[in-house]
Amino acid sequence: MARMKFLVDAERCIECNGCVTACKNENEVPWGVNRRRVVTINDGVIGAEKSISVACMHCSDAPCMAVCPVDCFYRTDDGVVLHDKDLCIGCGYCFYACPFGAPQFPQAGAFGLRGKMDKCTFCAGGPEADRSDAEFKKYGRNRLAEGKLPACAEMCSTKALLGGDGDVIADIYRERVVRRGKGSEVWGWGTAYGPGKAGAAAGGKS
Amino acid sequence: MKRAALALAALAALGLAGCGESDQVVVYKQGKYQGKPDGRPWDSAPLAQEQRGGTWNKGDKSSWESALNARNLTQNEYKRIYNQ
Repeated sequence: MARMKFLVDAERCIECNGCVTACKNENEVPWGVNRRRVVTINDGVIGAEKSISVACMHCSDAPCMAVCPVDCFYRTDDGVVLHDKDLCIGCGYCFYACPFGAPQFPQAGAFGLRGKMDKCTFCAGGPEADRSDAEFKKYGRNRLAEGKLPACAEMCSTKALLGGDGDVIADIYRERVVRRGKGSEVWGWGTAYGPGKAGAAAGGKS
Repeated sequence: MKRAALALAALAALGLAGCGESDQVVVYKQGKYQGKPDGRPWDSAPLAQEQRGGTWNKGDKSSWESALNARNLTQNEYKRIYNQ
């Protein structure tokens, strides 16, 4: 049985935010809600800057499920964590429980009104008829029922973001790491141009 | 006389029906999902070919999984581009 997961390769992510845009566009996510976002650490520090794309990680033992007072979460046969917006009371417990900050709350109303929770669905819709208008309006597109993978992963230009069956994407990532090496082997002058000094051409002229 | 009794009985039944009230509150069961059941992706029919979805037999989980698996492998550019 497939167990759907995301895997982010920090060495490849170029902080283009293509995944964020793809998600927003594919699911018509409202203003103020970001199901996916790119987080950068050591911004501007050469060699130390890393970015990763973060959304719901569809945990195997999801803390949001554990703390929800109305039990509106469920896990599909493929390991995708989804929730029923008809039951959600917008309390925000899941937001505090989630280590990734995945649950989002629309705040379009007056007095800081907190709406029903919205989060990444792994492009698997929700508890409405598959590929129906009702499902699209509440949860976004159901790409899994179209035989497709999440839009963010399929759209990623550098394939830093992999999405799909955990075993398969782990194999892809493992093969990649073995081929390219790790740490400083991955980037820098030597990797790009071969051994030799920066600025010194093969013929002795710079 | 009989008609009047019947009419009265029908009226009483109608009146009582008005008093009926269905539950408007969810009965919670601790730790169990309380929402609507969700469909499974392989129970949908595949998309038309020009929409570039996967191809599987409707309702067949294993064929859906193999279609998705094939799509999943296209994320490996060593295989997709260089065919190594």
